[in-house]
Amino acid sequence: MAQPMKIRATMEGDSANIKVLMNHAMETGQRKDAKTGQVIPAHFIQTVTAQMNGKTVLEAQWSQAVSKNPFLGFKVKGAKAGDKVNVSWVDNKGDKNSADATVA
Amino acid sequence: MNSKRRTFLKTAGGASTIAIAAAAGLIKPTEVLAVEWNKAAFDAKGVPDAMKAVGAAGAADSKDILIKAPDIAENGAVVPIEVTSKIAGTSAIMLMVEKNPSPLTANFDLSNGADGYVSTRIKMGQTSNVRAVVKAGGKSYTAVKEVKVTIGGCGG
Amino acid sequence: MKKLLTALLGTVLLFGAVAANATPEQDRKQLLDHYKNKFPNIKFEDYVYGALNFNADALAQYHSIMEFPPYDSQFDQGKKMWETPFKNGKRYADCFPDGGKNNAGNYPYFDENLGKVVTYEMAINSCRKANGEEEYAYNDMKTMGLLTAYSRSLSDGMKMNVRVEGPKAMAAFEKGKNFFYQRRGQLNFACSTCHVQQVGNILRTEYLSPALGHAVHWPEFRAGDKVTTLQIRYNQCIKNVRAVPFKPGGEEYNNLEYFHSYISNGLPMQTPVFRK
Repeated sequence: MAQPMKIRATMEGDSANIKVLMNHAMETGQRKDAKTGQVIPAHFIQTVTAQMNGKTVLEAQWSQAVSKNPFLGFKVKGAKAGDKVNVSWVDNKGDKNSADATVA
Repeated sequence: MNSKRRTFLKTAGGASTIAIAAAAGLIKPTEVLAVEWNKAAFDAKGVPDAMKAVGAAGAADSKDILIKAPDIAENGAVVPIEVTSKIAGTSAIMLMVEKNPSPLTANFDLSNGADGYVSTRIKMGQTSNVRAVVKAGGKSYTAVKEVKVTIGGCGG
Repeated sequence: MKKLLTALLGTVLLFGAVAANATPEQDRKQLLDHYKNKFPNIKFEDYVYGALNFNADALAQYHSIMEFPPYDSQFDQGKKMWETPFKNGKRYADCFPDGGKNNAGNYPYFDENLGKVVTYEMAINSCRKANGEEEYAYNDMKTMGLLTAYSRSLSDGMKMNVRVEGPKAMAAFEKGKNFFYQRRGQLNFACSTCHVQQVGNILRTEYLSPALGHAVHWPEFRAGDKVTTLQIRYNQCIKNVRAVPFKPGGEEYNNLEYFHSYISNGLPMQTPVFRK
């Protein structure tokens, strides 16, 4: 259901610079539907995991205060071109998404 | 705020469940179990409670935490924030928006070579301090930057 | 007569430009000089940043967000729309020279046969009609908005290159120009009031942007995710001055866009962009 996230991974000196753009409504649960007046239930990414060559480098926990279509940037020292990056997330409804990239 | 995932794997039955699931092809060997979400910390109202919930009460102010954030947010729903921690051994970076209903916005656990650096975009309901908390070597450190939020909204 | 015209058009700045026999180039150069005198430190090519020129903090946020904008997947939706063939197997790229690359800057143009201004969106609809598809509504952002948010990006970097040749084209240009300088609405503002006279000042917490540099960066994703075409923005501005808006795709806005785009000739196109 969720659209694919995009990952850009490049070397900057001796660190890999990873930039991720995810697609998610990140509904806070505080908005009301303009037409029905009903509260739109909270629906947001809760956890994010990033791996480099199979090893976990980043584990994140988010609240609904992270922006819609979230952006995540991080760096990994000692990485090199050709290394495999995987980023995955799980939201509060149990929906998941995952994407791979190679460090350029 | 360490992930309880590794603890889960070690508890009785945890390892075998994973093995069976892996053998059945239900989870790939490289697939990671979801990180546990610390509800209590995210529900905490006000910074003192949030700091306590993440185990950072009494964190020392540090000039080695650099927060790059706008002086005035163009759009309170999309505020770019970058935190760089120059503290050796940084193992976690947390972001709090002090005046948001629940200040804790994000926690990043870093390992296996990840630099003390995170960049993201957050929602801010009003002018507020953005607080970064860093965990390194068993201690906590913190820094703030004020970001103003206007109502605005019709930039051309 | 000139004094009366000036008074009617509500601005004292345009001495020679309001004369009926000023050429479009003279109009454009006069505006350029006006902005250059007011803002000697803004480089010509930076006018594409509009009001961001007045606020380094805001410009920095813009660049940060533009690095990997939140509307990325909506852009991909537009790409899919552009690349999907019509029922008859033909594609949008078949309707435009060079597959749609580097031609958005040629719009609007005056079509002598039709006797009216043709905008890029009208060309999209002509393409659809010629291939047996229903035309898109000019105010439907899910179709016209998303499609052009992608397809105009094929002209990124192209310099705006609107031409006004011949008396009928001149007449349409003049109509657009007069619209731009005409006061309207309960607030009695002309487009020029904010975007020529009051540029750099603040109105309702917002810096006012110069009209020079406006037309090259549409559609925009306002608030990061609300795709907005230029003529929908005209609607928003007209409503802001408490006037009754015109129809997107109608003659008033098409003539206005003709003038509005011409004055940005020479500036590079970029589509889409983020705005607050």
